[in-house]
Formats: sequence, C-alpha cells, structure tokens
Amino acid sequence: MTSAPLIELRNISKRFGGVRALDDVSLSLDGARIHCLAGENGSGKSTLIKVISGVYQPDEGEIYIDGQKVGPLDPVTSIAHGVQVIYQDFSLFPTLSVVENITLNTFVREGRTRINWTRAREMAREVLQRLDVTLDLDATVETLPAAGRQIVAIARAMLADARLIIMDEPTTTLTGREVARLFRIVRDLQADGIATLFVSHKMREMLEISERLTVFRNGKKVTEGPIAEFDERAITRAMTGRDLHQGRFAAPDLAGRKPRLELRDVTVGHQAHDINLTLMPGEIVGLSGLIGAGRKALAQAVFGLRGDMSGEMRIDGVPVAPKSVPEAIAAGIAYVPEDRLSEGLFLTRSIRDNAIVSSMRRFAPRLWLDGEKAAAETRKMFGEMAISAPGIDVPVGTLSGGNAQRVMIGRWLMTHARVLILNGPTVGVDVGSKEQIHGIIQELTRTSDLAVLMISDDLPELAANCNRVLCMTEGRIMAELSGHTLTEEALDAALSRTTQGEPA
Amino acid sequence: MNDTNSTVTRRGLRNLTRGEAAQTNLMLAVVCVVVLVAMAMLRPSMFLSSYNFESMAFFMPELGILSIAMMIAMLTGGIDLSIVGVANLAGITAGTLFATMAGDGGTGALGLGPVTLGVVAALLVGMAAGLLNGFLISVLKITPILATLGTGQVFIGLCLVLTGGPAIVGFPSGWNAIGNGKLLGIPVPLIIFALICIALSVLLARTSFGLRLKLIGTNPKAAVYAGIKRGEMIFYSYMLTGGLAAMAGILLSARTNAAKSDYGASYLLQAVLIAVLGGTNPAGGRGNVLGVALALISLTLLSSGFQMMRVSNHLIDFIWGGVLIAVIALNSWRSWKRT
Amino acid sequence: MKFMRSSDAIILAILVVAMVFIGLVNPAFWQMSNLFSLLKENVVIGIMALGVLLVMISGGIDVSFTAFAVAGMYLTVRVMVALDYNGLVLPFMSAILIGGLLGLMNAGIIHRFKMIPLIVTLGTASVVRGLVLGLVGTSNVNINKMPDALVAFGKADLVTLERANGSTYGLTAMIAIYLGLALALHLVLKYTMIGRSVYAYGADPEAAKRVGFSTGRTMMFVYVTAGALAGFSGLLHSSMIWLANPRDFVGLELDVIAAVVLGGASIFGGRGTVLGTVLGVFILVMIQNSLILMGIDTTWQRIVVGAMLIAAVTVTALRDRRALV
Repeated sequence: MTSAPLIELRNISKRFGGVRALDDVSLSLDGARIHCLAGENGSGKSTLIKVISGVYQPDEGEIYIDGQKVGPLDPVTSIAHGVQVIYQDFSLFPTLSVVENITLNTFVREGRTRINWTRAREMAREVLQRLDVTLDLDATVETLPAAGRQIVAIARAMLADARLIIMDEPTTTLTGREVARLFRIVRDLQADGIATLFVSHKMREMLEISERLTVFRNGKKVTEGPIAEFDERAITRAMTGRDLHQGRFAAPDLAGRKPRLELRDVTVGHQAHDINLTLMPGEIVGLSGLIGAGRKALAQAVFGLRGDMSGEMRIDGVPVAPKSVPEAIAAGIAYVPEDRLSEGLFLTRSIRDNAIVSSMRRFAPRLWLDGEKAAAETRKMFGEMAISAPGIDVPVGTLSGGNAQRVMIGRWLMTHARVLILNGPTVGVDVGSKEQIHGIIQELTRTSDLAVLMISDDLPELAANCNRVLCMTEGRIMAELSGHTLTEEALDAALSRTTQGEPA
Repeated sequence: MNDTNSTVTRRGLRNLTRGEAAQTNLMLAVVCVVVLVAMAMLRPSMFLSSYNFESMAFFMPELGILSIAMMIAMLTGGIDLSIVGVANLAGITAGTLFATMAGDGGTGALGLGPVTLGVVAALLVGMAAGLLNGFLISVLKITPILATLGTGQVFIGLCLVLTGGPAIVGFPSGWNAIGNGKLLGIPVPLIIFALICIALSVLLARTSFGLRLKLIGTNPKAAVYAGIKRGEMIFYSYMLTGGLAAMAGILLSARTNAAKSDYGASYLLQAVLIAVLGGTNPAGGRGNVLGVALALISLTLLSSGFQMMRVSNHLIDFIWGGVLIAVIALNSWRSWKRT
Repeated sequence: MKFMRSSDAIILAILVVAMVFIGLVNPAFWQMSNLFSLLKENVVIGIMALGVLLVMISGGIDVSFTAFAVAGMYLTVRVMVALDYNGLVLPFMSAILIGGLLGLMNAGIIHRFKMIPLIVTLGTASVVRGLVLGLVGTSNVNINKMPDALVAFGKADLVTLERANGSTYGLTAMIAIYLGLALALHLVLKYTMIGRSVYAYGADPEAAKRVGFSTGRTMMFVYVTAGALAGFSGLLHSSMIWLANPRDFVGLELDVIAAVVLGGASIFGGRGTVLGTVLGVFILVMIQNSLILMGIDTTWQRIVVGAMLIAAVTVTALRDRRALV
C-alpha cells in the first residue's frame, strides 16, 4: 500500500461571476477513510464535490489521484478513477426496477449494447447481500421510501467499483434508525476498502461517524484535523464564525396574555399524533426533530394544505379548521416553506408580484388591481425588511438567498399574519444575512405580537432564537426545553434518544 | 434593455422598449411593416387594394380570437387542443337552435331576439366545454394535452351527431350581419376582435385574475403555498378559453353562413403558432395580447401576400409550420444568449 | 404471477370483458370473418402505435407521424408510378428511409432547442403535409395506376376460409408483419441498452445523463424509429387498400395516441409496454368497428374515441398521480 492519498486537491479556486465559490482550497482524502466535510449552506461544499466529480473544472489548482497529477477531470474520468457521488436527490429512475437502477450504469460503463437480466439480477442480489439489506428486486424505485432509494444509490455506486463514495447530506431524509443503518453500511464499506466523504452540517453525525473533519466557510477551508480534536463548540465556531449561545431570545412576558394558537389532540394522517401545543403572542417556539418526525406534516396541516387533520385548533380563542390555504391565510396563519425556490417564490416575477400575492384581496377587492396601492405597500415592506435590490420591479430570481427569504417573510407581513410558521428559515442563506433574518424575526415578534413556530434542523439557530423548543419524534412531541435547559447539547441529546436500532 | 439612460420620457414609448415582451412586440411590429412594404412593392395593385385589406379584416378576427384563447390556456402552463371543436360546436348549436325556432318558416325571417338567444347559447356551449376541460385538468389532474385532445374529439363528435355530417346552412340575416356587416364603415368582426383584445389585455395586465393566472403558470406549487386557489383559477381560465373559442365559432359561422364539424381545422396549428410567436411561453407564466395581435397581423399579411403570388394553400401550410419551428429556434437561441 | 399484477393484465381483462359484452349484444361479432377483418384493421394503426409508444416512453408526444406516413407512402408510390417500377423491397426501404429522415428532423429540433415535443411535431407535421400536397401533388394514385407488386403484396393472406355461399375470406398476412415488428420492438426495449435508455430518459432525463447515457443518441433512436415505422405503415396501408391518397390519415393521430394511452403508457414517460399497446390498439379498433354491430350510428364514433381517451388518461392519471403539493 502506498502512502499517497487517494485524492489530493491543491490550491483549488473556482469563481462564478464575481463570487469566489472556492478560494485556494487544499484537501487530501485517504483511501478507506471516513472523512467529513462540514460547512453551512453556501460555504463551497457542493462546488468542491462537483470539482472532484468532474462536473466543474477549477479555475486554478491541481488535482492528484494516487499521487499522480491528473488534468482537468470530467465526469467520465472521475468515475473511471473510482469516484461516485450520491446526490441528495439520488438521481434514480423512479419507474424502473431496483435491479435496473442498481445495474444500469455498470452496463453503460462496460459499453454493453445488450442487457443480460440474469446477470443483472445476480449482480444486484450480490451487492445487496454485501450491504446486508433485503429489498424487493422487482419493485419500482418510486414505491420505495427515501431510505430504500438511498440503499439503491449506494449499491449502484459500489457496483461501479467505487473507491470513494461522496454522500451529499445523506441523512436529511432519513429517520433515526435509518441513519444508524447507513452508518453501519458506511463502516462496512470502509472494511471493504472504500472511502466515504460525508458532506453534512449536522454536528452529531459528524462526531459519530467520521475520522477526519474539514470545515469550510465562505469558500475557504477554515480548519481540518482528526475528529478527536473537535467538539461541538469548536465545529460550530468554525462553521459559523461565531460562538455558541451568542445572543439569546428573551422569553416575553406572558402574564395576562391569551394564547394565539392552540392545538388540542391534533392528529395528521399517520404522520403526527395527539399534538398539544400552545403558542403565545410574542413567543418564538422551535420545533425540532428528524425528517419524518411529522414536523412538516403538522405545519402543513395547520396551514390548510392537508385534508386529514383531526382535533381542535384555535386562533385567539376562535376555533378554526382551515381546509385550504386561503382559509388559513384568512385565519391569520402564514407559512414560509422549506424549499424557497420550488414552493415559495415566483422567480421570474417582480418583487412586487411576489410580495402581494397572498394579500391580493386588499389590492383587488373585486377584479381591478390597485397598482399604486400595491406598489406603495410593497415599498413599505421593502424598507421594513431591509431588502437590498434596485427596486420592487426586479425579478426575485436575481436576488441573493437572504434577500429572497426577506421577500418571502415580507409577503406574510402584508397579510397581517398573526401566526408565522417558518420551515428552515435560513436554509441556503449566507451567514451575514442569517443573523439579520434572525434579528428581523425577533424584532417582528416583539413589535407586532406575532407568534412564531420555527421548524429547523439547525440546533444553534433554535437555541439562539427560541424561548421554547419542542422535540418531535415519530409523530409525537416527546420533549420540551426552555429557559436555561434550552441548550444545543440538551437538544441534541433529546433528539438522539430514539436513534438506536435498525429499521425493519 | 439599456433604457436607463434613455431620454425618452413618454411612458408609453418607454414601456414599448422595456422587457422581453416589449422586445418581442417591437420585433413583430417591424416584421409587420417589412411584410407590408415588401408585398406592396411586389404586388402593389392587388395588395394595396382596399378590397384586400377589407377581406383580411373579415377573416382575421376568428383566428385572432382563437389565438388569444390558446394564449390564455398556455398562461397557466396548459394548452387547449379542443378550441376548433368548441368553435364548430358553438356554431352548430346556434344553427340547430335557429332551425328549431324557425320551424317551416325558414331561418331568414328570425329577428333580433332569436339571434341574441343564439349568441348566448353558443357562448354558453363554449363555456360549458371549457368547464369540462377545467374539470378534467384541475380535478382529475389529467395533462391538458391529452384531456383537450380527447374532449376535442368529443366536441367534433357532437357536431357530427347534431348535423349528421353535412354542413348546416342558412342562418338568420341578423346572424350573418355579425360576420359580414359593417358599423360606421368598419367590419363588425374587427370591432368585436378589437373589443376582445382591449378587454383581455386589461384583464391580464391590470386585474388580480390576470396576475394570478401568470403566477400559476410561473410556479404552480408556489401558487398553492401563496394561497391562490389554483383549481378554481384553472376552471376560470379554461372557461374563458372555451367562451372565446365559441365567439370565434360565431364569427366563423356568421361569415360563411354555414357551420360544419370540420371547419377551420387548420386554425389549431395557426393558433398555437400565433400564440407562441406573440411571445407566449407554452410552459406558462408569460403572454400578452398585444404580442398575439401583432403576430396575427404579420402572419395574415404574409399569408395574404403569398396567396397573391399564387402560392398554393398547401405551401402556405408549409410556411406556417416552418415559421413555428423558426420561432422555436429563435426563442431557444435568445434564452441561451441570456444565460 | 408477476404478469397478473401488471397493468397489461388489467388491459387484457378489459379487452375480454368488452369482447364478451359485444358478443352478447350481437353474436355476429364472433364470426371468423368479423374477427379477421378486425385483425386487419389493427395492422396500420398498430404499427404507428408502436412508434408513438416509443415516443411516449421517452416522455414526449408525437402528432407528426401521420404526416410522415403520408410522405413515405405518397412520395414512394409516385416515384414508382413515374419510373414504372414494380418491386417491393426498394419501395419499402424508401418509405422507411423517408420516415426515418423526417424523424431525425424531429429529434434534432426537440433535442437541440429543448422545445416541447407537441409544438415541434405540430410544426413538422404542417411542414411535411404542406410540402407533399403543395409540391408533389394532391391527386390519388388509384388502383388502376398502383404498382401491381404493391397490390399483390397487400392481398396476401395467411389463412383462407370459405363461407357457406362459396365465397372466400382470409386473414391478411400483414398481421404477421405487424406482430413481428411488435415482437422486435419488445425485444429491443427489454434487452438492449438503447431500449433501456429510452425508459431511463423518460423516467428522469437528468439521471440518465449522470448514468452516462448519451441523451442525444436516445432521442435520435426514438424519433427516427417512430418516423421509420410511420413511413413503413403508410406504404403498407396503401398496398392494403390499393390506393395512395395524399390526404390520408388526417385525424388518425388521435386514434393512435388514444390506443397507446389505453395500453397503459404514460405521457410523463418511463412507462409503457409493447404488449399493452398491442392490446390497447385492439380494444380501440374493436370498439370502433363494433359500434354498427351494436346498433349505434357511426356518427358517434368520434365521441366514443374521445371518451375512451379521456377515460384511459383518467385511469392512468389516478395511477401515477403526481401530487403537486
């Protein structure tokens, strides 16, 4: 065995327009090691993955594989060198069978013109055996849960003679037990001599699985070393550039106030059960939990997006049961979705159109749209949210993530919402904007008596911005933290409690 | 789009040069003028005759209204392939109604009352057809292409069942006046078309209805999250499309004094072409009436010019198809240039 | 066992139920001569449907194939008449070539300009029909002028039976060509990489690219094959009816698309089988042709086809409902 690293990147830089996505980055990955690449969204992680997989060519810098300098990589040569990427969306074929999804790229790579189904089945069965997982080989992938699809993607990568598997945020769609199984598989892969590069921003996972850690911030490598040298505080500081528990949201004085939102014995399909929750005006309540814990289903049900909610819901003491989004909006509820680009914004439309869409009735009581009034109110919101843009007529697609999110929140200010549900309020927002958005949310809560429900995977965000945090596990609220018991460590501990054992 | 240092202060003119839609419209206006000048030079006596312009003014509105109907369907990211079927069904319904009302007396004697009733019935048929399309698309969630392909057949089938095959001829004179009459020297169909253009452009640009349709076409999912009643809006949009198609059917049967199941079959392609040429994005979210009207005028001038040069109708079909593909190529090139 | 759970099995069940029902309404349905003529009606629509199936699996839709069929048929027959040529192989190759080249045009435009296939094929259909009618001619080539070889070919029967009155009727040999092509396409789709790439591209074009498929090649295969099948079916049609009519096939697009959708293919791509399509074609043709047997006026035919299309897409939409939200 040679001592040369599997892949070594030296002084890589990559620019997009005026933005330096990667700035003089060096990274060395050894064979059969589990390496973790951490950083917030927009820190350059994804760009780096695309440089290694040959999707992007770096502007500057050199790449060495097995100690040999290689020219600019393209996807085919990168795969030939044993690099496999498992994207967040898995890149599978939903209508095709498990067998075919696992084996198709091997057949393509071998340059075959015909597909030998007997051999394909054997290959698929064998690789699933190596992973020690059973899957129905003939099931179409669309019928599998996210965890099953991930297994198919891993199996496919293994068949391609991978030496390095890069997993982009592999745990975001997994439940606790599925994460445990994934970690077991990654360790098995390591035993087979396959290295894994985990790309994540989740503290607990990094500490549990990886051997080495590299942290990125703003396109630069901030720190690197064996995992033993890090603790959560150090990682957070490296990722965010600020310290833990920096500025906390003071619990409001609730004496004599009436609840703004009350949920009594609320059940949403099979995703959330017996939820009891009270939100007071001026409160920011966090809702944490793993993906699949039912957080999103609950939030969507409150926002009128689902028809399968039962139980009682009151706003300012008045029972409401929104069956549609317009009804929820009329009741004073607002929802900022997690996926801003696909669920939130109309990218090619102006800031004005994006802002007034949910309060259009005020500007157009009948049919006629009062353009002057709409523009005036949009400008007012524009100022309050401190949006930086040339004007209210520019398309939202030209704005940065932070400014786009301000437009999203501003939209709901214009509906005079009383309950604001934020799902991942700062996902894909740069560090500077993130703090400003937090500031705006806290300020709004104080000044306009808003009640905020903040769903987030970002534990520091919850700890810093909420006066209470509820932890949801498998559809139920299992814990509540507030006051001095509300710390990241405590949150992390509350969430880990149910992650033992493998899924059936 | 570098109009920032433009010294032109008149708002109308500024709006004409700003934005992608305005660029398309400017280009179309230039095309109109070029075609006009070219034809005038090649065949001055025929092309520039008032007869030629008048005949264009009579048959252009049907196609224009169908193209606007197509654009409305495309705004939400849909398409309506049943418009020609709806148009014929509307005409045939009115014709059947007239025949029933007239009994043995002949339809020519029917007065204003029955004609008005016929118009209302035709428009109702169009809206009902749109309602069916809207139901299939927004409630049963069928792709607009297949839904309207299927309903289009059903509508043509109903035409056949109602007529038994041959054309219905002999409409009341009041009905014919809609298609062939003049008001203050202006052809009635042109007046109707102009009114529809004005009404629709106001509807799309200045009302919440228009904005909602465009937002649905831009991002259907975000529209739901923003509280737009998507299903309801899609219902309205297909009803509007159906109503417009019926209006086109009224003009068609009034102009030709006949209604048949397979009239205007070539209008479908032409309506798609004019809508796309006029700057409508078939994927949804973008479209304006002025662009469609300009595209209609350029293509009508072009095709009238070709007819004068004795080019066969079949070759004109070829040219329509060719222009559609050229427009697709041009749009693709323009969007490639932007990125 | 696997077959019983597939959508092909459901389509087969529908077919059987429909046959039993029609047979109960009018037992004449089961007469051999009726069944033979039904099978004969399947041939041309069926071959076109195979091409449309391919396009739909790739996630597209094609309305230009009838125009391509006319081009393949009419150009070939006219040239044969002009040259007084009386063969079989060359004409069919020429029809296939014409269709294939036109398909290449579709593929090029759709792939290069990333444009909605419906609008592209609406355009190319108009271009091709316009050119054929405008430049080549609008008059029919009738039986008296049709090349003998083509007429004789179209008359060939597999089986010939005798009626009670002594007249004979037969099962056209063309059915064997249709089923042969269907089998070939089935094998290509199931066992070759290019066939699988069509499903992969239809299921997720981006993922297909990442796996390493050349999407340009896949699109070319899809539209060239569809065009070639259309060209071939056009000439075969004229040889079966002893007539080459340049205005033929107008409006047939819908019947064919309806048959393919009836056969379980999805307009969203990635789904569809040859067996399903063959069954879908049979159901459509059978119901169209049995309206008279059931005492329904033929003017209702369009309504029935339209309603069948709507019913079929409703069922498939419910099956692969992609919930927006």
